[in-house]
Amino acid sequence: MDAITEDPKTEAPIAPATEAVDLAAEFAETGLSEVFEELDRDLVGLAPVKKRLREIAALLLVDRARARFGLEAASPTLHMSFTGNPGTGKTTVALRMAEILHRLGYVRKGHLVTVTRDDLVGQYIGHTAPKTKEILKRAMGGVLFIDEAYYLYRPENERDYGQEAIEILLQVMENQRDDLVVILAGYADRMERFFHANPGFRSRVAHHIDFPDYSEEELNAIGGRILGAMNYVMSPKAEEAFARYISLRKEQPHFANGRSIRNALDRARLRQANRLFTAGRPVTAQDLRTLEAEDILASRVFSGGIDSYPPIGGTHP
Amino acid sequence: MRITQGAFSFLPDLTDEQIAKQIQYCINNGWAVNIEFTDDPHPRNTYWELWGLPMFDVKDAAGVMFELNECRKAYAGRHYIRVSAFDATHTWESVRLSFIVNRPENEPGFALERQEVDGRNIRYTTRPYAANQPEGARY
Repeated sequence: MDAITEDPKTEAPIAPATEAVDLAAEFAETGLSEVFEELDRDLVGLAPVKKRLREIAALLLVDRARARFGLEAASPTLHMSFTGNPGTGKTTVALRMAEILHRLGYVRKGHLVTVTRDDLVGQYIGHTAPKTKEILKRAMGGVLFIDEAYYLYRPENERDYGQEAIEILLQVMENQRDDLVVILAGYADRMERFFHANPGFRSRVAHHIDFPDYSEEELNAIGGRILGAMNYVMSPKAEEAFARYISLRKEQPHFANGRSIRNALDRARLRQANRLFTAGRPVTAQDLRTLEAEDILASRVFSGGIDSYPPIGGTHP
Repeated sequence: MRITQGAFSFLPDLTDEQIAKQIQYCINNGWAVNIEFTDDPHPRNTYWELWGLPMFDVKDAAGVMFELNECRKAYAGRHYIRVSAFDATHTWESVRLSFIVNRPENEPGFALERQEVDGRNIRYTTRPYAANQPEGARY
Protein backbone atom coordinates (compact mmCIF):
# COMPACT_ATOMS: atom_id res chain seq x y z
CA MET A 1 0.00 0.00 0.00
CA ASP A 2 1.74 3.11 -1.18
CA ALA A 3 0.06 5.37 1.35
CA ILE A 4 2.22 4.10 4.17
CA THR A 5 5.53 3.56 2.50
CA GLU A 6 8.08 6.04 3.70
CA ASP A 7 10.88 7.36 1.58
CA PRO A 8 14.15 5.82 2.56
CA LYS A 9 16.25 8.35 4.38
CA THR A 10 17.92 10.37 1.66
CA GLU A 11 19.96 12.59 3.93
CA ALA A 12 23.45 12.72 2.55
CA PRO A 13 26.25 12.06 5.00
CA ILE A 14 28.19 15.12 6.08
CA ALA A 15 30.88 15.83 3.53
CA PRO A 16 34.48 16.06 4.70
CA ALA A 17 35.67 19.61 5.36
CA THR A 18 38.19 19.45 2.53
CA GLU A 19 35.62 18.84 -0.17
CA ALA A 20 34.63 21.84 -2.27
CA VAL A 21 31.17 22.78 -3.50
CA ASP A 22 30.75 24.40 -6.88
CA LEU A 23 28.17 27.10 -6.21
CA ALA A 24 27.86 27.99 -9.89
CA ALA A 25 26.98 24.39 -10.70
CA GLU A 26 24.43 24.36 -7.87
CA PHE A 27 22.96 27.53 -9.30
CA ALA A 28 22.58 26.00 -12.74
CA GLU A 29 21.22 22.79 -11.30
CA THR A 30 18.34 24.47 -9.49
CA GLY A 31 17.21 26.05 -12.77
CA LEU A 32 17.55 29.44 -11.16
CA SER A 33 19.64 30.89 -13.95
CA GLU A 34 16.63 30.52 -16.26
CA VAL A 35 14.39 32.24 -13.76
CA PHE A 36 16.78 35.15 -13.44
CA GLU A 37 17.30 35.39 -17.18
CA GLU A 38 13.55 35.48 -17.59
CA LEU A 39 13.37 38.12 -14.91
CA ASP A 40 15.95 40.25 -16.72
CA ARG A 41 14.18 39.76 -20.00
CA ASP A 42 10.62 40.35 -18.85
CA LEU A 43 11.09 43.11 -16.33
CA VAL A 44 12.52 46.41 -17.44
CA GLY A 45 14.69 48.35 -14.99
CA LEU A 46 14.16 47.58 -11.28
CA ALA A 47 17.93 47.14 -10.77
CA PRO A 48 17.83 47.32 -6.93
CA VAL A 49 15.02 44.78 -6.82
CA LYS A 50 16.83 42.32 -9.05
CA LYS A 51 19.98 42.79 -7.03
CA ARG A 52 18.18 41.96 -3.81
CA LEU A 53 16.56 38.90 -5.37
CA ARG A 54 19.99 37.65 -6.40
CA GLU A 55 21.31 38.27 -2.90
CA ILE A 56 18.49 36.25 -1.38
CA ALA A 57 19.05 33.44 -3.86
CA ALA A 58 22.78 33.47 -3.07
CA LEU A 59 22.11 33.31 0.65
CA LEU A 60 19.82 30.32 0.27
CA LEU A 61 22.30 28.56 -2.02
CA VAL A 62 25.13 29.15 0.43
CA ASP A 63 22.92 27.89 3.23
CA ARG A 64 22.36 24.69 1.31
CA ALA A 65 26.07 24.29 0.73
CA ARG A 66 26.73 24.93 4.42
CA ALA A 67 24.20 22.30 5.39
CA ARG A 68 26.20 19.80 3.36
CA PHE A 69 29.20 20.38 5.61
CA GLY A 70 27.06 20.13 8.70
CA LEU A 71 27.20 23.88 9.36
CA GLU A 72 23.54 24.15 10.24
CA ALA A 73 22.09 27.56 10.82
CA ALA A 74 18.48 28.45 11.56
CA SER A 75 16.64 28.97 8.30
CA PRO A 76 16.60 32.69 7.52
CA THR A 77 13.48 34.81 7.81
CA LEU A 78 12.29 35.69 4.36
CA HIS A 79 9.20 37.76 5.05
CA MET A 80 9.40 40.79 2.80
CA SER A 81 7.89 44.16 2.31
CA PHE A 82 7.64 45.66 -1.17
CA THR A 83 7.16 49.39 -1.22
CA GLY A 84 6.81 51.58 -4.26
CA ASN A 85 4.49 53.71 -6.30
CA PRO A 86 1.58 52.22 -8.19
CA GLY A 87 2.44 50.22 -11.27
CA THR A 88 6.09 49.55 -10.42
CA GLY A 89 5.74 45.78 -10.71
CA LYS A 90 5.33 44.69 -7.10
CA THR A 91 2.81 41.95 -7.84
CA THR A 92 4.77 40.67 -10.82
CA VAL A 93 7.93 40.35 -8.75
CA ALA A 94 6.02 38.65 -5.93
CA LEU A 95 4.90 36.00 -8.38
CA ARG A 96 8.51 35.45 -9.45
CA MET A 97 9.62 35.41 -5.84
CA ALA A 98 7.33 32.45 -5.18
CA GLU A 99 8.94 30.60 -8.05
CA ILE A 100 12.47 31.44 -6.97
CA LEU A 101 11.85 30.33 -3.40
CA HIS A 102 10.29 27.14 -4.66
CA ARG A 103 13.30 26.34 -6.87
CA LEU A 104 15.58 26.92 -3.92
CA GLY A 105 13.50 24.58 -1.83
CA TYR A 106 12.65 27.22 0.74
CA VAL A 107 8.90 26.83 0.22
CA ARG A 108 7.48 23.45 -0.59
CA LYS A 109 4.78 24.24 -3.14
CA GLY A 110 5.58 27.66 -4.53
CA HIS A 111 2.06 28.93 -5.12
CA LEU A 112 1.15 32.57 -4.56
CA VAL A 113 -1.96 33.56 -2.65
CA THR A 114 -2.83 37.21 -3.23
CA VAL A 115 -5.09 38.84 -0.67
CA THR A 116 -6.18 42.29 0.43
CA ARG A 117 -7.77 43.52 3.65
CA ASP A 118 -11.19 42.19 2.61
CA ASP A 119 -9.95 38.61 2.56
CA LEU A 120 -8.40 38.78 6.02
CA VAL A 121 -10.66 40.99 8.10
CA GLY A 122 -14.20 40.01 9.00
CA GLN A 123 -17.28 42.12 9.41
CA TYR A 124 -18.35 41.28 12.92
CA ILE A 125 -16.85 40.06 16.17
CA GLY A 126 -15.42 36.56 15.90
CA HIS A 127 -15.41 36.58 12.12
CA THR A 128 -11.84 37.77 11.59
CA ALA A 129 -9.83 34.96 13.17
CA PRO A 130 -11.35 32.10 11.15
CA LYS A 131 -11.11 34.16 7.98
CA THR A 132 -7.44 34.98 8.50
CA LYS A 133 -6.61 31.41 9.48
CA GLU A 134 -8.38 30.11 6.40
CA ILE A 135 -6.19 32.27 4.18
CA LEU A 136 -3.04 31.34 6.08
CA LYS A 137 -3.85 27.66 5.70
CA ARG A 138 -4.31 28.09 1.99
CA ALA A 139 -1.01 29.91 1.66
CA MET A 140 1.06 27.38 3.63
CA GLY A 141 3.78 25.82 1.55
CA GLY A 142 3.79 28.92 -0.61
CA VAL A 143 3.84 32.69 -0.52
CA LEU A 144 1.16 34.95 0.93
CA PHE A 145 1.07 38.31 -0.81
CA ILE A 146 -0.84 41.01 1.07
CA ASP A 147 -1.51 43.87 -1.30
CA GLU A 148 -2.01 47.32 0.21
CA ALA A 149 -1.16 45.89 3.60
CA TYR A 150 -1.44 49.26 5.36
CA TYR A 151 -5.23 49.02 5.12
CA LEU A 152 -5.06 46.27 7.73
CA TYR A 153 -4.42 48.89 10.37
CA ARG A 154 -6.96 51.66 10.77
CA PRO A 155 -5.93 53.87 13.65
CA GLU A 156 -9.01 56.09 13.33
CA ASN A 157 -11.28 53.25 14.43
CA GLU A 158 -10.16 51.62 17.64
CA ARG A 159 -12.71 48.83 17.33
CA ASP A 160 -11.48 47.89 13.90
CA TYR A 161 -10.97 44.14 13.48
CA GLY A 162 -7.80 44.65 11.45
CA GLN A 163 -5.75 44.52 14.62
CA GLU A 164 -6.96 40.98 15.26
CA ALA A 165 -5.85 39.89 11.80
CA ILE A 166 -2.46 41.52 12.40
CA GLU A 167 -1.98 39.60 15.64
CA ILE A 168 -2.75 36.25 14.01
CA LEU A 169 -0.48 37.08 11.08
CA LEU A 170 2.39 38.00 13.39
CA GLN A 171 1.99 34.81 15.38
CA VAL A 172 2.07 32.59 12.30
CA MET A 173 4.90 34.58 10.70
CA GLU A 174 6.98 33.93 13.79
CA ASN A 175 6.04 30.33 14.61
CA GLN A 176 5.73 28.84 11.15
CA ARG A 177 8.55 30.46 9.27
CA ASP A 178 9.28 27.20 7.48
CA ASP A 179 5.74 26.89 6.22
CA LEU A 180 5.08 30.18 4.52
CA VAL A 181 6.61 33.45 3.39
CA VAL A 182 4.60 36.63 3.80
CA ILE A 183 5.11 39.54 1.41
CA LEU A 184 3.54 42.86 2.30
CA ALA A 185 3.13 45.45 -0.40
CA GLY A 186 2.00 49.04 -0.52
CA TYR A 187 2.89 52.64 -1.17
CA ALA A 188 6.05 53.73 0.61
CA ASP A 189 4.71 56.50 2.85
CA ARG A 190 1.67 54.58 4.03
CA MET A 191 3.68 51.42 4.66
CA GLU A 192 6.08 53.51 6.71
CA ARG A 193 3.19 54.66 8.89
CA PHE A 194 1.91 51.11 9.09
CA PHE A 195 5.25 49.78 10.31
CA HIS A 196 5.54 52.65 12.72
CA ALA A 197 2.22 51.72 14.31
CA ASN A 198 3.04 47.98 14.32
CA PRO A 199 6.66 47.62 15.38
CA GLY A 200 6.19 43.86 15.60
CA PHE A 201 5.84 43.76 11.85
CA ARG A 202 8.96 45.74 11.16
CA SER A 203 11.15 43.42 13.16
CA ARG A 204 9.66 40.29 11.63
CA VAL A 205 10.05 41.49 8.08
CA ALA A 206 13.66 40.95 7.14
CA HIS A 207 13.73 42.41 3.66
CA HIS A 208 12.42 45.83 2.84
CA ILE A 209 12.62 46.25 -0.91
CA ASP A 210 11.88 49.58 -2.50
CA PHE A 211 10.63 49.65 -6.07
CA PRO A 212 11.92 52.76 -7.85
CA ASP A 213 9.87 54.67 -10.39
CA TYR A 214 10.69 53.95 -14.01
CA SER A 215 12.68 56.39 -16.11
CA GLU A 216 11.30 57.58 -19.44
CA GLU A 217 13.44 55.17 -21.45
CA GLU A 218 12.30 52.31 -19.28
CA LEU A 219 8.66 53.29 -19.71
CA ASN A 220 9.21 53.42 -23.43
CA ALA A 221 10.72 49.96 -23.37
CA ILE A 222 7.77 48.69 -21.33
CA GLY A 223 5.40 50.14 -23.92
CA GLY A 224 7.31 48.38 -26.69
CA ARG A 225 7.03 45.06 -24.87
CA ILE A 226 3.34 45.43 -24.21
CA LEU A 227 2.73 46.16 -27.88
CA GLY A 228 5.01 43.34 -28.97
CA ALA A 229 3.07 40.89 -26.83
CA MET A 230 -0.15 42.03 -28.50
CA ASN A 231 1.27 41.99 -32.05
CA TYR A 232 1.21 45.71 -32.64
CA VAL A 233 3.94 48.00 -33.88
CA MET A 234 4.28 51.78 -33.84
CA SER A 235 5.13 53.77 -36.91
CA PRO A 236 8.28 55.91 -36.47
CA LYS A 237 6.14 59.00 -36.05
CA ALA A 238 4.00 57.28 -33.49
CA GLU A 239 7.11 56.31 -31.55
CA GLU A 240 8.17 59.90 -31.41
CA ALA A 241 4.69 60.93 -30.28
CA PHE A 242 4.70 58.21 -27.65
CA ALA A 243 8.01 59.43 -26.21
CA ARG A 244 6.51 62.89 -25.91
CA TYR A 245 3.36 61.42 -24.39
CA ILE A 246 5.40 59.69 -21.69
CA SER A 247 7.32 62.79 -20.69
CA LEU A 248 4.09 64.78 -20.45
CA ARG A 249 2.11 62.09 -18.66
CA LYS A 250 4.86 61.55 -16.10
CA GLU A 251 4.42 65.06 -14.77
CA GLN A 252 0.68 64.70 -14.34
CA PRO A 253 -1.09 63.50 -11.20
CA HIS A 254 -2.25 59.89 -10.83
CA PHE A 255 0.65 58.59 -12.86
CA ALA A 256 0.89 54.84 -12.28
CA ASN A 257 4.07 53.86 -14.12
CA GLY A 258 3.64 50.61 -16.05
CA ARG A 259 -0.10 50.57 -15.55
CA SER A 260 -0.51 54.05 -17.08
CA ILE A 261 1.48 52.96 -20.09
CA ARG A 262 -0.71 49.91 -20.52
CA ASN A 263 -3.84 52.03 -20.26
CA ALA A 264 -2.51 54.61 -22.71
CA LEU A 265 -1.77 51.90 -25.22
CA ASP A 266 -5.19 50.35 -24.73
CA ARG A 267 -6.75 53.72 -25.52
CA ALA A 268 -4.51 54.09 -28.57
CA ARG A 269 -5.80 50.73 -29.75
CA LEU A 270 -9.35 51.99 -29.34
CA ARG A 271 -8.58 55.01 -31.49
CA GLN A 272 -6.78 52.94 -34.07
CA ALA A 273 -9.75 50.61 -34.35
CA ASN A 274 -12.08 53.55 -34.73
CA ARG A 275 -9.82 55.17 -37.33
CA LEU A 276 -9.69 51.99 -39.41
CA PHE A 277 -13.41 51.52 -39.06
CA THR A 278 -14.35 55.01 -40.19
CA ALA A 279 -11.77 55.12 -43.00
CA GLY A 280 -14.18 53.15 -45.14
CA ARG A 281 -11.58 51.32 -47.20
CA PRO A 282 -10.26 47.77 -47.14
CA VAL A 283 -7.51 47.28 -44.55
CA THR A 284 -4.31 45.27 -44.86
CA ALA A 285 -2.55 43.29 -42.18
CA GLN A 286 -0.04 46.11 -41.98
CA ASP A 287 -2.85 48.59 -41.25
CA LEU A 288 -4.24 46.34 -38.58
CA ARG A 289 -1.00 46.07 -36.65
CA THR A 290 0.34 49.60 -36.93
CA LEU A 291 -0.42 52.38 -34.49
CA GLU A 292 -0.09 55.79 -36.17
CA ALA A 293 0.95 59.05 -34.58
CA GLU A 294 -2.60 60.38 -34.68
CA ASP A 295 -3.80 57.52 -32.49
CA ILE A 296 -1.48 58.72 -29.78
CA LEU A 297 -1.63 62.45 -30.41
CA ALA A 298 -5.41 62.41 -29.93
CA SER A 299 -4.83 61.87 -26.20
CA ARG A 300 -5.94 64.65 -23.91
CA VAL A 301 -2.49 64.67 -22.34
CA PHE A 302 -1.32 66.77 -25.28
CA SER A 303 -4.01 69.37 -24.72
CA GLY A 304 -3.21 69.72 -21.04
CA GLY A 305 -5.96 67.44 -19.75
CA ILE A 306 -5.58 64.36 -17.59
CA ASP A 307 -5.67 61.21 -19.60
CA SER A 308 -8.38 58.75 -18.84
CA TYR A 309 -10.93 56.80 -20.74
CA PRO A 310 -12.79 59.44 -22.70
CA PRO A 311 -15.99 60.43 -20.96
CA ILE A 312 -19.10 60.07 -23.08
CA GLY A 313 -19.74 63.26 -25.01
CA GLY A 314 -16.22 64.54 -24.32
CA THR A 315 -14.60 66.94 -26.72
CA HIS A 316 -11.69 64.63 -27.50
CA PRO A 317 -12.08 61.09 -28.74
CA MET B 1 -8.44 -1.73 24.95
CA ARG B 2 -6.96 -0.03 21.95
CA ILE B 3 -9.56 0.97 19.36
CA THR B 4 -8.66 -0.21 15.88
CA GLN B 5 -10.56 1.77 13.27
CA GLY B 6 -9.44 3.07 9.92
CA ALA B 7 -5.99 2.72 8.42
CA PHE B 8 -2.78 2.23 10.44
CA SER B 9 -4.65 1.44 13.63
CA PHE B 10 -2.64 -1.72 14.28
CA LEU B 11 0.59 0.25 14.03
CA PRO B 12 2.09 2.32 16.81
CA ASP B 13 0.63 5.85 16.90
CA LEU B 14 1.88 7.95 13.99
CA THR B 15 4.26 10.77 14.73
CA ASP B 16 3.40 14.28 13.54
CA GLU B 17 5.91 13.93 10.73
CA GLN B 18 4.26 10.73 9.55
CA ILE B 19 0.80 12.28 9.82
CA ALA B 20 1.95 15.25 7.73
CA LYS B 21 3.29 12.87 5.08
CA GLN B 22 0.02 10.96 4.91
CA ILE B 23 -1.90 14.22 4.61
CA GLN B 24 0.39 15.41 1.85
CA TYR B 25 -0.26 12.12 0.05
CA CYS B 26 -4.00 12.82 0.25
CA ILE B 27 -3.60 16.40 -0.96
CA ASN B 28 -1.42 15.30 -3.86
CA ASN B 29 -4.23 12.97 -4.90
CA GLY B 30 -6.65 15.87 -4.87
CA TRP B 31 -8.68 14.65 -1.91
CA ALA B 32 -10.26 17.06 0.56
CA VAL B 33 -8.87 16.47 4.04
CA ASN B 34 -11.16 16.63 7.06
CA ILE B 35 -10.48 16.57 10.77
CA GLU B 36 -13.13 14.85 12.84
CA PHE B 37 -13.52 14.08 16.54
CA THR B 38 -15.81 12.12 18.80
CA ASP B 39 -16.00 10.63 22.25
CA ASP B 40 -18.22 7.75 21.18
CA PRO B 41 -15.90 5.23 19.52
CA HIS B 42 -18.58 2.64 18.78
CA PRO B 43 -17.75 1.09 15.38
CA ARG B 44 -21.24 1.90 14.11
CA ASN B 45 -20.81 5.58 14.96
CA THR B 46 -19.81 6.54 11.42
CA TYR B 47 -20.38 10.25 11.50
CA TRP B 48 -18.02 12.05 13.83
CA GLU B 49 -18.10 15.77 14.56
CA LEU B 50 -16.32 17.81 11.90
CA TRP B 51 -13.68 20.24 13.08
CA GLY B 52 -14.07 23.40 11.01
CA LEU B 53 -14.76 22.81 7.36
CA PRO B 54 -13.38 20.27 4.88
CA MET B 55 -10.11 21.65 3.55
CA PHE B 56 -10.64 21.68 -0.18
CA ASP B 57 -8.16 24.37 -1.15
CA VAL B 58 -5.19 23.66 1.12
CA LYS B 59 -2.10 22.85 -0.93
CA ASP B 60 0.33 21.88 1.79
CA ALA B 61 0.06 19.56 4.77
CA ALA B 62 1.22 22.36 7.06
CA GLY B 63 -2.19 23.99 6.74
CA VAL B 64 -3.95 20.82 7.88
CA MET B 65 -1.43 20.27 10.68
CA PHE B 66 -2.20 23.79 11.86
CA GLU B 67 -5.90 22.93 12.18
CA LEU B 68 -5.10 19.55 13.72
CA ASN B 69 -3.07 21.25 16.42
CA GLU B 70 -5.95 23.66 17.05
CA CYS B 71 -8.27 20.68 17.41
CA ARG B 72 -5.83 18.96 19.74
CA LYS B 73 -5.72 22.06 21.91
CA ALA B 74 -9.45 21.73 22.38
CA TYR B 75 -9.91 17.95 22.58
CA ALA B 76 -6.62 16.07 22.99
CA GLY B 77 -6.69 13.48 25.75
CA ARG B 78 -10.48 13.54 25.99
CA HIS B 79 -11.62 12.66 22.47
CA TYR B 80 -10.66 10.59 19.49
CA ILE B 81 -9.47 12.68 16.55
CA ARG B 82 -9.17 11.28 13.06
CA VAL B 83 -8.15 12.58 9.68
CA SER B 84 -10.24 11.54 6.70
CA ALA B 85 -9.69 12.27 3.04
CA PHE B 86 -12.68 12.67 0.78
CA ASP B 87 -12.39 12.00 -2.94
CA ALA B 88 -14.91 14.13 -4.82
CA THR B 89 -14.23 12.70 -8.26
CA HIS B 90 -17.21 11.26 -10.08
CA THR B 91 -18.01 7.63 -9.22
CA TRP B 92 -15.82 7.76 -6.12
CA GLU B 93 -17.48 10.48 -4.09
CA SER B 94 -16.56 8.90 -0.80
CA VAL B 95 -13.88 8.73 1.85
CA ARG B 96 -10.68 7.22 0.50
CA LEU B 97 -8.51 7.20 3.59
CA SER B 98 -9.24 7.64 7.26
CA PHE B 99 -6.96 7.19 10.23
CA ILE B 100 -6.98 8.03 13.92
CA VAL B 101 -4.39 10.60 14.97
CA ASN B 102 -5.32 11.13 18.61
CA ARG B 103 -6.90 8.96 21.23
CA PRO B 104 -7.84 9.40 24.87
CA GLU B 105 -5.17 8.45 27.36
CA ASN B 106 -7.31 5.72 28.85
CA GLU B 107 -9.43 3.54 26.60
CA PRO B 108 -11.67 1.28 28.68
CA GLY B 109 -12.98 -0.68 25.69
CA PHE B 110 -16.31 -2.42 25.09
CA ALA B 111 -18.68 -4.64 27.03
CA LEU B 112 -20.29 -7.56 25.24
CA GLU B 113 -23.89 -7.99 26.28
CA ARG B 114 -25.81 -11.20 25.67
CA GLN B 115 -29.56 -11.06 25.55
CA GLU B 116 -31.50 -14.32 25.71
CA VAL B 117 -34.53 -14.26 23.43
CA ASP B 118 -36.93 -16.72 21.87
CA GLY B 119 -35.96 -19.81 23.79
CA ARG B 120 -32.22 -20.51 23.51
CA ASN B 121 -31.34 -17.78 20.98
CA ILE B 122 -28.83 -15.12 21.99
CA ARG B 123 -28.51 -11.58 20.66
CA TYR B 124 -25.21 -9.89 21.08
CA THR B 125 -24.50 -6.21 21.38
CA THR B 126 -21.37 -4.22 22.21
CA ARG B 127 -21.36 -1.14 24.34
CA PRO B 128 -18.44 1.18 25.08
CA TYR B 129 -17.87 1.46 28.80
CA ALA B 130 -17.21 5.13 28.25
CA ALA B 131 -20.74 5.61 26.92
CA ASN B 132 -22.10 5.13 30.44
CA GLN B 133 -21.06 8.70 31.08
CA PRO B 134 -22.85 11.61 29.41
CA GLU B 135 -21.36 13.07 26.25
CA GLY B 136 -18.38 15.33 26.90
CA ALA B 137 -17.55 13.67 30.24
CA ARG B 138 -16.53 10.27 28.91
CA TYR B 139 -12.75 10.34 28.98
